[in-house]
Amino acid sequence: MRTALFTAILLILLAGFLQVAVGLPFGKPARTDMDDYFLAHAQDQAAANNVVTSVVFDFRGFDTLGEATVLFTAVLGVGMMFRKLKPGEEYEHD
Amino acid sequence: MNMTKIVRTTADLFYPFCLVFGLYVVLHGHLTPGGGFQGGAVMATGAALLLVSRRYEDITRSLRQNTMKLCEAVGLLMFITAGLAGLFAGGAFLYNGLAGAGGLFGEPVAFGANPGVLNTAGLIPVLNLAVGIEVLGGLTVILLYMLSGVKETEP
Repeated sequence: MRTALFTAILLILLAGFLQVAVGLPFGKPARTDMDDYFLAHAQDQAAANNVVTSVVFDFRGFDTLGEATVLFTAVLGVGMMFRKLKPGEEYEHD
Repeated sequence: MNMTKIVRTTADLFYPFCLVFGLYVVLHGHLTPGGGFQGGAVMATGAALLLVSRRYEDITRSLRQNTMKLCEAVGLLMFITAGLAGLFAGGAFLYNGLAGAGGLFGEPVAFGANPGVLNTAGLIPVLNLAVGIEVLGGLTVILLYMLSGVKETEP
C-alpha cells in the first residue's frame, strides 16, 4: 500500500517536472545577444582573430586559470600516488 | 624499456618535430585552432616518444623530473602573474592591456575576415605560452612518475 502510494506520488512529480522541462523554450536561439557581442567585439577588444581563443583566454580567462589549476592538482595527485616508499614502509592493503 | 635501434633512431629523429609543431600550435593559438592545452599536449607527445623508446635511467639523465616539475610550476605562476599584471595596470584581473597598445603582441587587428598577424592579441599569446609550458611539464611529469616504477629485465 505504502509502496504503491509512494510510486504514484513519484510518477506525478516526475510528470510535472517532465512537463516543465519539455515545455521550456530551448529550440530556436531566442537570445543571441551574448554570441553577437563576442563575434562583434572579439577583434577590437581581445584583438584575436580566433574568436574561440578570445573567449577562452580573454572573456573567460578566469575559467582557464581554473582549468590550469585542475591540471596542476591532477599532477599532484598522481605524484602522491606514485611516491617513493620510505625504507621499511609497506603498501597498505584493505 | 630499451627498444630496437630502428625505434630509437626514429624517435630521436621525430621528437624535435613534435616539439616544434607543439610550439607552433601554442604560439598561433590566437590565429588558428589550438592553443596552450593542445600545443602542450603535442609537446608532451615528443617527450613520450623518447620515454617509450629508451630505458628510464638513460632518458632521465637529460629529461629530468625536477626540470619538468619546475616547468609546470613556472607555467601556472606565469599565468597568475600575467593576471595580476593586468590587475595593477588596468584595474581588472587578466585585463588585456597589451592588445592594440603597439608594443609586444600589440598590433591592431582589422575587423572582418583577414589572415591575421602573429604579433597581435595582447595578453592571449602570453597566457597560451604559460598554459603550454604548464601542460608540457605536467603531462611529462605524469609519464615519468608512471614509468619510474617499471621493472627492467635484461634480455
